[in-house]
Amino acid sequence: MTGENWHQRESYTFDRNVIAEIHRAANTGIYRIRGFGAKRRLPTFDDLVFLGASMSRYPLEGYREDCGTDVIIGEGRAERPVHLDIPITIAGMSFGSLSAQAKEALGRGANAAGTSTTTGDGGMTPEERGHSKTLVYQYLPSRYGMNPDDIRKADAIEVVVGQGAKPGGGGMLLGQKITERVAEMRTLPEGIDQRSACRHPDWTGPDDLEIKILELREIVGWQVPVYVKIGAARPFYDTALAVKAGADAVVVDGMQGGTAATQDVFIEHVGIPTIAAVPEAVRAMKELGAHRDVKLIVAGGIRTGADVAKALALGADAVSLGTAALIAIGDNSPSLEDQYQALGTTAGCWEDYQDGTDPAGITTQDPELSARLDPVVAGRRLANYLQVLTLEVQTLARANGKSHVHNLEPDDLAALTVEAAAMAKVPLAGTSWIPGMG
Amino acid sequence: MNDGTSATVTEIDMRNTSLRDLNRQLHEATSGHFVVTNPRGAHAVAAGIDSDIVVELRGSVGYYAAGMLQRGTVIVDGNAGTGVAENMMSGVARVTGSATMSAGATGCGGLLVIEGGAGARCGISMKGLDIVVGGDIGHMGAFMAQAGNLVVLGDADHHLGDSIYEADLFVRGDVASLGADCEEKEMSAEDVDLLTQLLERAQMTADPGDFRHFGSARQLYNFHPDDINSEVAEARS
Repeated sequence: MTGENWHQRESYTFDRNVIAEIHRAANTGIYRIRGFGAKRRLPTFDDLVFLGASMSRYPLEGYREDCGTDVIIGEGRAERPVHLDIPITIAGMSFGSLSAQAKEALGRGANAAGTSTTTGDGGMTPEERGHSKTLVYQYLPSRYGMNPDDIRKADAIEVVVGQGAKPGGGGMLLGQKITERVAEMRTLPEGIDQRSACRHPDWTGPDDLEIKILELREIVGWQVPVYVKIGAARPFYDTALAVKAGADAVVVDGMQGGTAATQDVFIEHVGIPTIAAVPEAVRAMKELGAHRDVKLIVAGGIRTGADVAKALALGADAVSLGTAALIAIGDNSPSLEDQYQALGTTAGCWEDYQDGTDPAGITTQDPELSARLDPVVAGRRLANYLQVLTLEVQTLARANGKSHVHNLEPDDLAALTVEAAAMAKVPLAGTSWIPGMG
Repeated sequence: MNDGTSATVTEIDMRNTSLRDLNRQLHEATSGHFVVTNPRGAHAVAAGIDSDIVVELRGSVGYYAAGMLQRGTVIVDGNAGTGVAENMMSGVARVTGSATMSAGATGCGGLLVIEGGAGARCGISMKGLDIVVGGDIGHMGAFMAQAGNLVVLGDADHHLGDSIYEADLFVRGDVASLGADCEEKEMSAEDVDLLTQLLERAQMTADPGDFRHFGSARQLYNFHPDDINSEVAEARS
């Protein structure tokens, strides 16, 4: 605002959003709890570009020449390593936070694409196991629904130390989603606001974790791989400690990672962006001589084949999708605009996963709303989306002359901003300058 | 290997048997009595047992002995490290000495008896397990305990039952302090019966009348916003 209205200009510090939040806080006396992930502008993979082939790199033919996409996790340690056809997995999301139909859809989509899906904070449902060819069983601090029968049915175990949306925070599921079945699975009273533990109950540090992984391997007879998932807080040290503890894969979840319900202040202000976490995790693995042996799975705001390819080029072996997978099966669809309007929001901005009122039938336990989601159709949508991502990754890999997506490398990338160059540790475009590296 | 056809006692010496071989043998057995000698503080000993066998561990063990015990009986004739019988589902685990931290963590069923004392976070996040401790327990006992019973014949250190859900705690000795949302409850006739049975099952001698009962005040079960808008609207209506 300029000129004669200058005296009525909006404050940059106290803009209308800030003022609205202060009023909301003053009215209710409780912090804002919501789902989704960080919404503010952050450095992302969009700040990187691929260089493509040229005189010094030879491209592969786009549609004819092979470009492998498979990933094997746990080879050499587990009797049954995980074989994935594509380097894109589905992240842990609980039955409870998601409807049974949504979990089924994720399983169907992952199956069709040849990849894995993951349980969440609430245990494994028979439907989920039945609909997921490759199912990763999360081992969380709350241990809701944890039992040896289910752990033996899993194709991999993921010890969750932290989550990108809230490194250092536990889970949260508000009472409206604690139905009879959810309560029974979690051994909790129906209708309470359930807060999951933020620390594991029986180990407290990396040395303990090593023993915990040993115990889990013994319980399942060394059959399946063990992953360790960390929120992107101190990725160099955390990755190194996870590798040292014996993980077959380390999942690093950046701050753009989604959640079913967490304090807004946590989502927006804790953790570091995914683009900054990947190079540090890779550095840790390389220093330990474990890169490519122990697999690195990157999560947090992955949306496109370009994001996947850039994460792989920085050294990841695979990525994991949460929010994007939910969008693929129908979350925030413009076709539901009327209903989003009725809830006081609009398609594209819906974030109240904690409320259980999701018109798409995904983040709810309401039987009527859940029934709206056709798991077969939604699964097909997810499979299509995963196929597009895979084709995009292959397109970019071939353009950079790679016959396997894992051959992508940092040398294939340039950064568009100084910040991205410093975080991703690739040169600023048109220069050989990497800030902080001479 | 024990073929499960007789009550034979099979002795396994951990000086010449690896942890993997020991646990594989215990997992494959369908019945029988196993005596494991020289565990020498090994971790994850007898973890993941899922049959009605009896395993005696003669000597002290490290972390997670009898972890995720699903059926059967595991006796530690000595002391146990962190997380003994963690997440046990049923059966009986007994420690003749003392246990360190997180004994019976997240346990869903069965009975864990610790004849000596237990360290911090005994019964943390328990989900239906019964624990009887002959001596004292450390701080944060039954932290976030969801279901089941914790009986302590000695004293309980600070913050007993912090953030507790629906578990019941019975303490004969002194309680240094209660944690958030934990309160003393009435000792009903049903509670006395329950406690009597627990002591009998644990083969412990004590007068149930000497115990106090603690549980959840249920004040932290839901967020309580101070919604001024609703209150003002209500007041004006």
